[in-house]
Amino acid sequence: MNIIVLGLNHRTAPVELRELLAISDSRMGEALGRLMAYPGIKESMYLGTCNRVEVYAVVEEGDWGFRKLEDFLVATHFSLSSKDLLPHLYRYSDEEAIAHLFRVSASLDSMVVGEPQILGQVKEAYDLALTHRSSGVILNKVVKKAISVGKSVRTNTRIGEYAVSVSYAAVELAKKVFSNLKQQVVLLVGAGEMGKLAAQHLVNHGVKEVLLTTRNQHRAFMLAERFQGQAVPYEQLRSTLPKADIVICATGAPHFVISKDDIERAVHQRRNRPIFLIDITVPRNIDPSVKDVDNAFVFDIDDLNAHVGNNQDERLKEAATAEKMVKGEVACMMAWVRGLEATPTIVALKRKAEDIKNTELEKVFHRLRELSEKDRGVIEGLASSIVNKLLHGPLVTLKAEAQSQNGFAFIEAARRFFELQERELNSLEASPQEFEVGDEAHEESLSQKDNQ
Amino acid sequence: MAETLSFLTMGLYFGATLLFLTFLLHRSDVLVKVAAFVAGAGFLAHTITLGMAIIATGQVPIMTFRDAMSFFAWGLVLVFLVVGLKRGLQVLGAFILPLAFLSLVSATLAPVEAGAISPVFQTVWVHVTLSILGTIGFAVAFVAGLMYLMQERLLKSKQFNVLNFKLPPLDFLDTLNQRSILFGFPLLTLGILTGAVSAQLTIGSYLSWNPEQVWALITWVFYFAVLMGRGTVGWRAKRAAYLTIVGFAGVILTFIGILMKSPQAIAHL
Repeated sequence: MNIIVLGLNHRTAPVELRELLAISDSRMGEALGRLMAYPGIKESMYLGTCNRVEVYAVVEEGDWGFRKLEDFLVATHFSLSSKDLLPHLYRYSDEEAIAHLFRVSASLDSMVVGEPQILGQVKEAYDLALTHRSSGVILNKVVKKAISVGKSVRTNTRIGEYAVSVSYAAVELAKKVFSNLKQQVVLLVGAGEMGKLAAQHLVNHGVKEVLLTTRNQHRAFMLAERFQGQAVPYEQLRSTLPKADIVICATGAPHFVISKDDIERAVHQRRNRPIFLIDITVPRNIDPSVKDVDNAFVFDIDDLNAHVGNNQDERLKEAATAEKMVKGEVACMMAWVRGLEATPTIVALKRKAEDIKNTELEKVFHRLRELSEKDRGVIEGLASSIVNKLLHGPLVTLKAEAQSQNGFAFIEAARRFFELQERELNSLEASPQEFEVGDEAHEESLSQKDNQ
Repeated sequence: MAETLSFLTMGLYFGATLLFLTFLLHRSDVLVKVAAFVAGAGFLAHTITLGMAIIATGQVPIMTFRDAMSFFAWGLVLVFLVVGLKRGLQVLGAFILPLAFLSLVSATLAPVEAGAISPVFQTVWVHVTLSILGTIGFAVAFVAGLMYLMQERLLKSKQFNVLNFKLPPLDFLDTLNQRSILFGFPLLTLGILTGAVSAQLTIGSYLSWNPEQVWALITWVFYFAVLMGRGTVGWRAKRAAYLTIVGFAGVILTFIGILMKSPQAIAHL
């Protein structure tokens, strides 16, 4: 059994490709159904934002699983071939996959580290997986943990302040050009997280109108709904520019979306009324030479940082703290996941039964010293027989069900019924001393029960 | 008494200037209240001086260059106290108070009788008043243009310093610039017309092409073009700021033209 993730993000793939892989919520049921139809895939979740497309899955065998996930992604859009896709994909399995998900939801893998939207997007992806019953015991536990790790990183480090302060800086700068934001028209180009955040800040200040345009028309309509704005076809970006007082550009495209010419024309049509542009992306979407156009004011992410006085060192320190938190949680999670394998569970169960049997026998023999060898043999036989018969059913079921779709549920149930802690399961590899300490504690609790 | 009061006024304006400039370059906002208070005290002293002159002569003292400059400074500070303090734009003080102070200084440097005109007809008095009020409008436009260019440069060069923080938003400065010209231009127009009428009444010709009149006409044409340009071809924002600064140079040259009318003033310079 492996937990794997196959995906691409803003660092590995251009926005055009990421957009092709986007699956709308309404088509998610069909897509996840298609994915779960591959026999070796036990659980799956699709995480799609404008900066990343990732498929998480629990599969019987890692390499085979990666191939199936590739097939699945290639099939999302008719124009895609595996040749286009493969160079942009990253693959992580088990510990690395969990670590990746935790880093993603802690916003450590975001284009703008610490941006707050990603946590909600992970939640939405998980809800969709739940709705379409593609998530199971393992993903339930792992994703829930990822969300709680994301939350705790947010509350316990100052990583989120940075993203908020950047969009705050955008508003502050806009106020140096426009005295009354309530009379200004905002144009949001692209659907990048920081762009949306900055737009949200401006909307909170009550701008007059919000125009939105993205390459993906559907997404533009969704954004328009969110900001109660108006979606503009992407082809009309240039003709819309003169209408906008404030332009926020966050497309994630690897090239300039707005050129110096565009702005010169826009300012001319605006009869020199100032136009204020925020380029929140890396690499930049607005040609930096726009700064030479009179009455056009363009600020990129570095300028916004400079405005807040954000300290790079401090930010890196916060990120390092967050990474440490994530690492610790990954270790815990891995211990739990390892315990979900059928074999160690069965071994641990047998061992536990054996241990209980032995300690109880020892206690009895200690009290009944007069017993003969033969009597002892009979009592030992009785104890073994009870233990074996009692365990027979659970062990057979575990072995049989481990390979089934719900296998992990059985293993998890067995672990809970028999109180097999992660520690005990892992102690198979750990030092025997630790194992004994655990057992003594166990015995104490049992003898307390006896006394009652 | 009047002498003491004018020195007091000048001292207070100078103090306010220093305080406002310090305020402009420091993060703290404590100074601005003191600065506004000192400016207000200066304005009070100034008003009393003017009031005493009115009581003594029965009319507003504007008939000499010195008096006119003093009246101009008084009007400027009044505009600051009304517009600046009411709208929370104390930062205007850092530009208007120095201008008011310099006007008073230049008035003191000019000889007492320089540019004096005998008020033969009522129109002369009206001409001077209107012209001074118009000039106040242009002076505020000049200050707004200056502030606009400073703020624009700071934003373009991405210097987010205390000056950038304290200067008002660009569009506000552009609007202030436009409104000040809209206020000043009709007054100057009427000022020039009444001036021409007075000239006709006193020396028999509307226009004698002396430097004062030439510069006044050039200034008038210039501001007319600035106003028209804004409405038609979009001379706003940065261009408007530049133009109003250039236009104010015309205003100053007109003043010098007034001084040049009296030979002893030139000797004094």
